[in-house]
Amino acid sequence: MNDNKVLEVKNLRVTFKTYAGLVQAVRGIDFHLNAGETLAIVGESGCGKTVTSKAILRILPSPPSEISKDTQILVDGVDLTNLSDREMIKIRGSKISMIFQDPMTSLNPTMKIGLQIAESIVIHQKKSKAEALLMARDLIEMVGIPNADARLKQYPHEFSGGMRQRVMIAIALACNPKILIADEPTTALDVTIQAQIMKLMKALQKKLSTAIILVTHDLGVVAEVADRIQVMYAGVIVETGLCEDIFYRPKHPYTWALLNSVPRLSTDNKAQLYALAGTPPDLLNPPTGCAFAARCEYCMQICRVQAPEHAQVTEHHRASCWLLHADAPPITNSSVHVKGGATC
Amino acid sequence: MLKEKLIVVDSLSKHFKLGKHTTLKAVDDVSFDIYKGETLGLVGESGCGKTTCGRTIMGLYQASAGNVTYQGKGVHNVSSKEKLALTKKMQIIFQDPYAALNPRMTVGDIICEGIDIHKMYTGEKRAQRTRQLLDLVGLNREHASRFPHEFSGGQRQRIGIARALAVEPEFIVCDEPISALDVSIQAQVVNLMISLQKELQLTYLFIAHDLSMVKHISDRVGVMYLGNMVELTTSDNLFSSPLHPYTQALLSAIPEPDPIYSRQKAHILLEGEIPSPLDVRSGCSFASRCPKVISQCHVLKPALQPVRNGHFVACHLYHHD
Repeated sequence: MNDNKVLEVKNLRVTFKTYAGLVQAVRGIDFHLNAGETLAIVGESGCGKTVTSKAILRILPSPPSEISKDTQILVDGVDLTNLSDREMIKIRGSKISMIFQDPMTSLNPTMKIGLQIAESIVIHQKKSKAEALLMARDLIEMVGIPNADARLKQYPHEFSGGMRQRVMIAIALACNPKILIADEPTTALDVTIQAQIMKLMKALQKKLSTAIILVTHDLGVVAEVADRIQVMYAGVIVETGLCEDIFYRPKHPYTWALLNSVPRLSTDNKAQLYALAGTPPDLLNPPTGCAFAARCEYCMQICRVQAPEHAQVTEHHRASCWLLHADAPPITNSSVHVKGGATC
Repeated sequence: MLKEKLIVVDSLSKHFKLGKHTTLKAVDDVSFDIYKGETLGLVGESGCGKTTCGRTIMGLYQASAGNVTYQGKGVHNVSSKEKLALTKKMQIIFQDPYAALNPRMTVGDIICEGIDIHKMYTGEKRAQRTRQLLDLVGLNREHASRFPHEFSGGQRQRIGIARALAVEPEFIVCDEPISALDVSIQAQVVNLMISLQKELQLTYLFIAHDLSMVKHISDRVGVMYLGNMVELTTSDNLFSSPLHPYTQALLSAIPEPDPIYSRQKAHILLEGEIPSPLDVRSGCSFASRCPKVISQCHVLKPALQPVRNGHFVACHLYHHD
């Protein structure tokens, strides 16, 4: 595996000031992104996955949000947290781009599509408007929108959901960024359109060798495209590993629960699904021990007292759970039922 | 086993007039039966008319053409007294648990609204029934005096289920009851719905776009595309041997949480997008995207016909006459 890090995040902590108190949305996470790979961040709503991706681009409104002083976000050796707002503008769209969840609301409704794509080319590559529009035309063709010349002059409302997401991809890739953050890019789309968009993203990644951070809650999408996966729960990373590690050799009880609670086409009809009882903890007062302890069926005494360390399972596979400690009783996830897993 | 037909849907159409000359054919000439005690899944992409179909069957929308009969009695064009009696037998669970509950009413009052309308219980008996319903859906009894904003999405959906069950219905339309919930919460709600069905002998019309979940909960599944029913068969049949090219493409597009398997799987990628339902052409509605299209498809609209025992499909590839 290529260990050429394009992004390194160290000790990311994000808090939000609310009337009720300080919400600790992301509580000290470390991760990196290698050149050309797809890293998937999965977890349920409120686990901090979107906050993480927005914190990298520094597009969280501040106040109420605040990124901790000890956080480092390194891109090409430069710490983004030390940059001024003006310097940050040069990064956004040129080195790091983002695709948002909702293609209906993230385009400017009063601006023609061509200009919206050309905008970042004019800003970052110092091209004239005419040159930028020509490049926009090529981009529109690259993302598979037919009839490019006419489409350039249309407004977002004339595009369907899938087509708008293609436009978003064209805008994000306009300046050939090294890193693309895709925040639930297909959640708002239908399955057949989702398949088209995921295929397009994979093809473009191969062509442009962009590294992608894919933020999603859909394990099916992750299984198809991710190289590495990190699972987040209550503002921390509970497990990270290669795609096969997470799906076939998961070590954290939360990952087990997540994998077992989705029905597969191969499971028996009307059998009881594995259902995780309870709800995630309140991040106004996060628990002292392991965040998952209250819902974990293997919870031990220590889990409630002290947060577990990251245990290294293999070179790329880490999980933070006391069950992986040398003194812990041996417990495995007996109920994982995966077709391909039989070979592992 | 001879199954009793609970609901018969006969050439049902629901058209919305959008302007002087434009009509949206949300549901167009759909016929099927729902048997007592079964779960019929209804799947399709957004805008295919599955929600409209469910609501028209309930009588929430007036049908434009065709009939729906519930145990032999018509659902549409009946007196308001008969309609009221029907609402006691048919209930609905809505998609968005945030929008479906009145924020100014307590949970107890929300659940009991149907009980009050049908004058089923009053006083202590009503309170007792509320507690019983809260127990049934796995909420605390004390929750009755709280307001909807104090609950999470999964809990709200449980309130919605308790409300639907309050009048002891026989048939429940579940309109995407889990789409707005997180994966682990979805499993909780689906498990609850399956166990309630066994306990109370309910019949479900389960509308969803999540095909894996539909397979999990349904006995039979109907696939809709642009207001038409294109395939209808048992859940096992549909997923093991889909016949309609649209169903085949839809099934191959499901992302499965199993990387080795899903990366080997053959994908049928559909070209283009779902055409606008306003722009109605003659022939099969799927013809514009169908990979197996033949000349006949553009001219003649295929009817839903049986291919095998209990396997219905609307496609010219299987009907040569």
